[in-house]
Amino acid sequence: MNIVVCVKQVPATQKVDIDPKTGVLLRNGIESKLNPFDLVALEAAKWIADKTDAKIHALSMGPNSAIEVLRESFALGAKEGWLLSDRKFAGADVLATSYALACGIRQIGDVDLIICGKQTTDGDTAQVGPEIAEVLGIPHISWALELIEADAKGLIIKQDLGSMDALVRMEYPCLISVEKAMFQPDLPSYRLYKESKDYPLHILSADDLTDVDMTRIGLDGSPTQVEKIFIPSHDVKATRLEGDPEKISQDLFSILKKNKLIKEVQ
Amino acid sequence: MGIIIDHNKCILCNNCLTKCPFGALELKDGKVEVNAACKMCRLCLKNCPVEAITEEKVTIKPSLNKDEWRDILVYVEHDGKSIHPITYELIGKALELAKVIDEKVICLMIGDKIKDLAYELLEYGVSQVDVYDRKELKYFRADLYKDVFVDCIKRRKPNTVLVGATVSGRSLAPRVAAYFKTGLTADCTVLKMREDTDLVQIRPAFGGNIMAQILTTANRPQFATVRYKVMDQAKRVKPFGKVEIIDQKGSDLTSKIEILKVEEKPTSESIEDAEVLVAIGRGIKDEKTITKIEKIAELLHGKIACSRPLVEDGRYSVYRQIGLSGRSVKPKLIITFGISGAIQFTAGMKDSEMIIAINTDPEAAIFDIAHVAIVADGNIIADKLLRYLEENKNA
Repeated sequence: MNIVVCVKQVPATQKVDIDPKTGVLLRNGIESKLNPFDLVALEAAKWIADKTDAKIHALSMGPNSAIEVLRESFALGAKEGWLLSDRKFAGADVLATSYALACGIRQIGDVDLIICGKQTTDGDTAQVGPEIAEVLGIPHISWALELIEADAKGLIIKQDLGSMDALVRMEYPCLISVEKAMFQPDLPSYRLYKESKDYPLHILSADDLTDVDMTRIGLDGSPTQVEKIFIPSHDVKATRLEGDPEKISQDLFSILKKNKLIKEVQ
Repeated sequence: MGIIIDHNKCILCNNCLTKCPFGALELKDGKVEVNAACKMCRLCLKNCPVEAITEEKVTIKPSLNKDEWRDILVYVEHDGKSIHPITYELIGKALELAKVIDEKVICLMIGDKIKDLAYELLEYGVSQVDVYDRKELKYFRADLYKDVFVDCIKRRKPNTVLVGATVSGRSLAPRVAAYFKTGLTADCTVLKMREDTDLVQIRPAFGGNIMAQILTTANRPQFATVRYKVMDQAKRVKPFGKVEIIDQKGSDLTSKIEILKVEEKPTSESIEDAEVLVAIGRGIKDEKTITKIEKIAELLHGKIACSRPLVEDGRYSVYRQIGLSGRSVKPKLIITFGISGAIQFTAGMKDSEMIIAINTDPEAAIFDIAHVAIVADGNIIADKLLRYLEENKNA
């Protein structure tokens, strides 16, 4: 049995400062790390692999430097790494990213289960998992809260359904994206890291993928276009209320109402 | 195809490498190359001192006839008993968008025994509600709901589809968008319609530091998800639309997901997931005021939190404490009563979307991070604010 965990290299800091005059991002070097939500996905993979004797693969798309996050995945239980790296993948939006990762998953072959973190810290969309499942034509569960059972055929999962929680069974092949609270991630194991020196690590270009439609990857395969980026105007200017407590309370009530923080009477 | 670098012009100044937020530019064999991390933000274009970086525009697929795709489709979020208010917010926005291009707003509702509920939507000015009402559709299952959603889109051919960014919406919308090989923009904060029917989608990137303006010019439908409490609700009008039950006899509704059990969510004391928090600090000592503040939290559908002194006094459990030695929170709203704003407290809440601070000291540190700074006695404000909230509730 094969499990693929999709991982991503993200900027190490979420806070970027912007030069207010030029609108340019100010960053000191480009430090990056493994997307923290993916740590939970790797833990979930280990939990399932322990019960099913499955092999864990880590798959990523990104620059060559993303090899680092695959090596980190080795220290967290993955046994084989796959990196899609090619300028032909550049400019990919959610759809083109999902398609490329789905092609990578087909290339790995005989994959039973795909696990994604809830979202990435740089994109924040939580959309890639469900789109991979659609490209591959397999069922998926988003917001998996808890793993209840895993066997050679499928999983029993507790899933967040908004106002309710549902206990569901899903058979392989399938995809899950896992909530942060599912596991407390382990620290990377130095022993595993040392052992992993010889683990296979494949770097695949677009041409290395068999059965890939080149019009569906990178910028050409991306239906969305970023027209521009800009700095948000800070309309939440600090307001100061002083003086008559009656007037203050009335203003405070109006502010809450204007910001839809008080439920409207229907 | 995307970003092009003219190696003859490039002076290897490294400016683009350090400015790229995605690490998408690398030095390879003495040349700057674009890699798979590129998001087409174009910051490198702006930062190149010698204009060595240019952009090759994508050619629009000629096959798309935009006139074939009309109207705005809104996905209805509900739990079988009531319609989630985000639906009315989406309808409000959809009506505004539809007006620009003189089109209609259609709703899609999926579930079991929901016909009566569907009529409520007509009171908000929608022209049509398509209802898929089958017992197999009682609970959300992404694969099954996708099949139904796809059926609806194939029949209606909408120009734009709006879905609430709820747990089910964020699971369903990407599947449907991927089926149609079209674009989906998550968590839009601004949506505008252009007269050529292109939807302008604006969303925060990098934790809100930067906004991205996104278009889907060569594909239809254009999918967008919107978070709850971002758009304004539609106003009630005299109903004029109609409800249509879509007959799916003969279609095979099967899911590969088997629901074993459904349970109500356990209520928890946790303050981390609360959208609204009302926090009490050292400045509030009167037990009567504390009771009033608890009432305010209840009326705002929020939870009570506190700073360290009230935990040390044994008034609240440590689960309610915000700060370095307590919990980190990021609610939509936090109101603080009698909290001075020591770093140990603010470190745990400074990223909240709206901070309203009440303190008697005009120099209190909490005012440095507050969006609304109220210099007043928290005991008095609690009393008066509670009165306004109760009057509103009974109105």
